[in-house]
Amino acid sequence: MTMRVSIERKVYPRRGEAPARVLFEDLSFELADGEVCAIVGSSGIGKSSLLQIVAGLDREFEGVITDLPQPVGYLFQSPRLLPWRTARQNLELVLPEQPGKAGEWLAQVGLAGAEDVYPQRLSLGMARRVALARALAVQPKLLLLDEPFSSLDDETSRDMQNLMATHVKKLRPTTLFVTHHWHEAAALAQRVMTLDGSPARIVDDQPIRQAKAAE
Amino acid sequence: MRAADVAGREMWQGIASVLLFLCLWQVGSGWAESRLFPGPLTVFRSLMREALHGPLIDHLSITLARVSISFIIAMAIGTVLGVALGRLPWLDRWINPWLVILLNVPALVVIILTYVWLGLVETALLVAVAVNKVPNVAVTLREGARALERDYAEVAQIYRFGPWRTLREVIIPQLAPYLLAAARNGLALIWKIVLVVELLGRSNGVGFQLQSYFQLFDVPRVMAYAAAFVLCVLIIEVVLFAPLERRAGRWRR
Repeated sequence: MTMRVSIERKVYPRRGEAPARVLFEDLSFELADGEVCAIVGSSGIGKSSLLQIVAGLDREFEGVITDLPQPVGYLFQSPRLLPWRTARQNLELVLPEQPGKAGEWLAQVGLAGAEDVYPQRLSLGMARRVALARALAVQPKLLLLDEPFSSLDDETSRDMQNLMATHVKKLRPTTLFVTHHWHEAAALAQRVMTLDGSPARIVDDQPIRQAKAAE
Repeated sequence: MRAADVAGREMWQGIASVLLFLCLWQVGSGWAESRLFPGPLTVFRSLMREALHGPLIDHLSITLARVSISFIIAMAIGTVLGVALGRLPWLDRWINPWLVILLNVPALVVIILTYVWLGLVETALLVAVAVNKVPNVAVTLREGARALERDYAEVAQIYRFGPWRTLREVIIPQLAPYLLAAARNGLALIWKIVLVVELLGRSNGVGFQLQSYFQLFDVPRVMAYAAAFVLCVLIIEVVLFAPLERRAGRWRR
């Protein structure tokens, strides 16, 4: 089934000194099952807000989203692990039916041995890997990734990219990921949409031939 | 130094500090040479006598039961109210002035009025304590509710935790420090209020006994009852609050 996102208008209300701002207008796109699509655009253009809308976390907009695949796995920009739960417990929380799988998932993202560590003691790279494991562990039909490789050193970023490419290939979720690096988009996605303007619109939408995730 | 060593040293320092206090008290009372300022040994003897042959245990149990019930009522109402106020700004705008008024009405006035309106009954005691304590709990928990992270609520929503798991895994851990602070302050305040309420209008309990001994100027017994009560509160701190605090904070770096 093809997911359809159609946003007629999204307004950020006035807050304090900042005036109201129309973030999106007439923004729509479709995503086929299993398609891996990147959204690129400059900082502050509304990429993360778009993911929030797609995920159903922000419902204050005019428009509709139809045929949203479920369940959703979401890798937020910050890892958002519950700090009072260990790495394993954070995964168990999304796997109430099969808590035993938590350890397996941690091993798959290279974190065997860190199961009982609290998130505050993990580096950003490690915490993001736990968050990626959490997003993948729910066997998502829709995977949303918000700048999954930002603030990581080159090596950790490469590891994460490979990890993501491997699992996306295995699970085949419809994937929407946000980045402001063209090379990340080109390396992982089958299709890249460019967001620009104010209010933001999709100004470019093109397939990428040699996408890793589709190999 | 390892954490266990530090904890051990802190415990010994605590014990040494208490012993020093007892020594100073003993020396002071020896120097005063007055039956109105008995030393710790006299108070201890009086305490043992009251506990073994007198009514101390009965009165202490009654007061502890009153403190427990009042504490549970005040914490439950205060928590629900505080969280509601923290999450619903329109409600907070309505209720906040009431809280400010209640926080500033002297406890004694509330106690007298509840006794006048409800009579010298057990319910009046519970109402008086609740009216005194609920605003404190509500104000503390309101801050806790305001500080709830939206980020974690979104995680719960995306991964479909449902209301019960969201409460247990996401909301309560964030409120835990506020709940503990409210509980600690609450206990300290509530037992003091309960004693006053007992003193003014009940015919049993530690407060009532203190008044009786006060009229007889029996200072050793007054201090014996106070010591027994302080001891109970210390035990609650050591066996309940301290472990809860350690448990709630063990994930912190």
